[in-house]
Amino acid sequence: MKKLVGLLATAAAAAAFAATAWSAEVKVGLSSEPTAMDPHYHNIGPNNMLSTAVFDRLVAQDEKQNKKPGLAESWTQLAPNVWEFKLRKGVKWHDGSPFTAADVKFTMERAGNVPNSPSSFKLFTGVLSEVEVVDDHTVRMKTKDAFPLMPDYMSVIIIVSKKHGEGATTNDYNSGKAMIGTGPFKFVEWVKGDRMVYTKNPDYWGPKPEWDKVTVKPVADNAARVAALLAGDVDLIDFPSPSDIPNLKKNANISLAQVQSNRLIYLHYDTNRDKSPFIFDKSGKQLEKNPLKDVNVRKAMSLSINRKAIAERIMEGLAVPSGQLMPPEVLGAVPDLKPDPFDLNRAKKLLKDAGWGDGFKITIHGPNNRYINDEKVTQAVAQMLTRAGIQTDVVTMPSGPFFSKGSALEFSLLLVGWSSGTGEPSDPLRALVSTYNKETGLGATNRGRYSNPALDKTIADSLKAPSREEWVRLSQEATKVAMADYGIIPLYFQVNVWAMRKGLDYVARADEYTQIQDIRSKK
Amino acid sequence: MLVFLIRRLSQSLVVLLVMSFLVFVGVFAIGDPVELLVSPDADQFERARVIRDLGLDRPLWEQYGVFLLQSLKGDLGNSFVFNQPALQLILERMPATLELAFAAVIIAIVIGIPLGMVAGLRPHAWYSRMIMSVSILGFSLPTFWVGLMMIMLFAVMLGWLPASGRGETVDLLGVPVSFLSEDGLRHLLLPAINLALFKVSLVIRLTRAGMRENMLMDYVKFAYAKGLSHGRVIFVHVLKNILVPIVTVVGLELGNVIAFAVVTESIFAWPGMGKLLIDSIYRLDRPIVVAYLMITVLMFILINLIVDILYSVLDPRVRIADVKS
Repeated sequence: MKKLVGLLATAAAAAAFAATAWSAEVKVGLSSEPTAMDPHYHNIGPNNMLSTAVFDRLVAQDEKQNKKPGLAESWTQLAPNVWEFKLRKGVKWHDGSPFTAADVKFTMERAGNVPNSPSSFKLFTGVLSEVEVVDDHTVRMKTKDAFPLMPDYMSVIIIVSKKHGEGATTNDYNSGKAMIGTGPFKFVEWVKGDRMVYTKNPDYWGPKPEWDKVTVKPVADNAARVAALLAGDVDLIDFPSPSDIPNLKKNANISLAQVQSNRLIYLHYDTNRDKSPFIFDKSGKQLEKNPLKDVNVRKAMSLSINRKAIAERIMEGLAVPSGQLMPPEVLGAVPDLKPDPFDLNRAKKLLKDAGWGDGFKITIHGPNNRYINDEKVTQAVAQMLTRAGIQTDVVTMPSGPFFSKGSALEFSLLLVGWSSGTGEPSDPLRALVSTYNKETGLGATNRGRYSNPALDKTIADSLKAPSREEWVRLSQEATKVAMADYGIIPLYFQVNVWAMRKGLDYVARADEYTQIQDIRSKK
Repeated sequence: MLVFLIRRLSQSLVVLLVMSFLVFVGVFAIGDPVELLVSPDADQFERARVIRDLGLDRPLWEQYGVFLLQSLKGDLGNSFVFNQPALQLILERMPATLELAFAAVIIAIVIGIPLGMVAGLRPHAWYSRMIMSVSILGFSLPTFWVGLMMIMLFAVMLGWLPASGRGETVDLLGVPVSFLSEDGLRHLLLPAINLALFKVSLVIRLTRAGMRENMLMDYVKFAYAKGLSHGRVIFVHVLKNILVPIVTVVGLELGNVIAFAVVTESIFAWPGMGKLLIDSIYRLDRPIVVAYLMITVLMFILINLIVDILYSVLDPRVRIADVKS
């Protein structure tokens, strides 16, 4: 079906594009719609990415999620627990009032405390013990303990105006009343389910926005989104489905932008319980002993997976094999940590030496509507494990029940994805491989309940490292330990693709964000 | 009449109560909405707070009790995702869906009845056979596929019509509608036809069957014998007689189209409430799903009521009091 659409499209697009007049307006079709305009209401990608058009952050993230100056021109760590941010001068809100340190202080108070937020920014503002306004253009962020990640945390919090944000509810942002930012575009309207409209802010302090008007339309259906692009209804779309991409590539009127994302697809498994719900002996009886508690069995599983084949065949080239939690070039990741090779013989030998030469039976669970080709990849992994002697059944389901059951520990082996909002490895280290602990808040997404006290200590130390350098060292060490112990099995990073009409250019981003200010015409 | 109405309404209340309970328990059984709402990097404190804020820490029976009490006051709860009243979110989206549904039903009637009459009057003519063959396609081709094909043909290849969205809207008595502006009409056309295809076929077949049956009846022979013109017999006497089943089916189909235009709305990115329902099911946004289905049940009850009243207008032999449920 999708193929057919693409094929017909290739033949026909020329006619459609002849009709598209050039104007200083751009229309974007997105796979997802935000749940609110309030930039602090819901900490999820679709909301965060569109907020960056109207608002700014103290620290901006470039397309690789490297940190660069935003509303703060520079920052220094005065003491292990004090960070000073020098604010940009001459920045104006859309209503003309000046941006000052008071706005930053107000934002830090608001961001974590929006009533009934389905997922708040408390995670980031919670570390702050005090926000000290030194003068109009200097702010000091203080924490209780030493804290090395302040620039990263400040790169996810959208700065709102105190004047318009004080007492403003989420509805005031949705209606546009409080949508007064410092960003490259001014907010015009949000018609739920239909469109979001922005106009140019000619006084923007940064690179001047190119479009007089930008309209963003949610088109969730993959085939319909591609059709909308081919019909000229929209000029740029995100996430074309992999099966359409070869045809889009052949189309002379379409250009593509793609980049390796930081969304890791990985296997999580039950390494904690003696009796795991989906691990059986060959006859189908539940095993009393959990083989996944043995690191050699876990290693054997990793060696039996042909990551390259998954990337090239199943993902049609839209994946990059991975050996750790974040891409190796990211600050805090290990530059020379390679993915495990595919080595079936060694995998079999490891299993035999561990006493599982006859193998065992396991069920792998995966989502079927969450990640690119998630169902197919889950099946491929199952076949690869089966070849190594671990007879693997596959069950996939929609993300609703999948994540509920996964977090309720109802699975033994599952395929999941992870993407870091801050763009550094503290995030997956904290949530995925730390011991699950309600008191410290660590290991919240540790669906395998993997636990390694030495690793926990390194991670805790890294979060209290007195300097950036020390944090990088500890973060790398923690990553190495977690990977050597196979707390999870990293598989690959997804590759993000955007498709647009010829003549447009988009800087493909590792965080999957479509930022309308980054859409440019080709010079 | 009064007894009839009272009986109808009390039956409806029971249906509503049972429905709300089933949906409530059903969505609860699918999974935990917090897993989908909360950003994966959130810690346990944040998760606990969200669970508490949404009232999900309380036992199911208590949640349902609170819901029932609130709904008596007309409050069907706030959406988990949007933190806005579920009812308001649905009503915001309703005009778009109603517009699409009525457009589809009008197309079905305007095209379906004349074609059905032709096919019924001249059942063996080649054009009648063609009408019937094409109507089989209307029944059997999946809406999803036809929709995409129409987009490919009219939007991508020919470039005549837009592929998706609602286009420009004009406020009519405070309600945004598309059909009053040219851009809006252009956007409305493809999804409305897509949604109408099945209905057109249905109406053609019903009309044809009715025509064939009625033309053999005594009253038709009598009318001709009385010397009435061909046109008067067909358009006044026969048409009136075949309308009863058509009104019933079109009425029910209207309900169906309003409540479950999900597929068409998804393909054409039409911002209606079907789209909201499907998104909410995926997100396990229980208040919206429950409120939506309650509104749907109410709507079906209402449509049935109107259909029953229309019966008595079309066919004086049917008395309202005789119509059971």
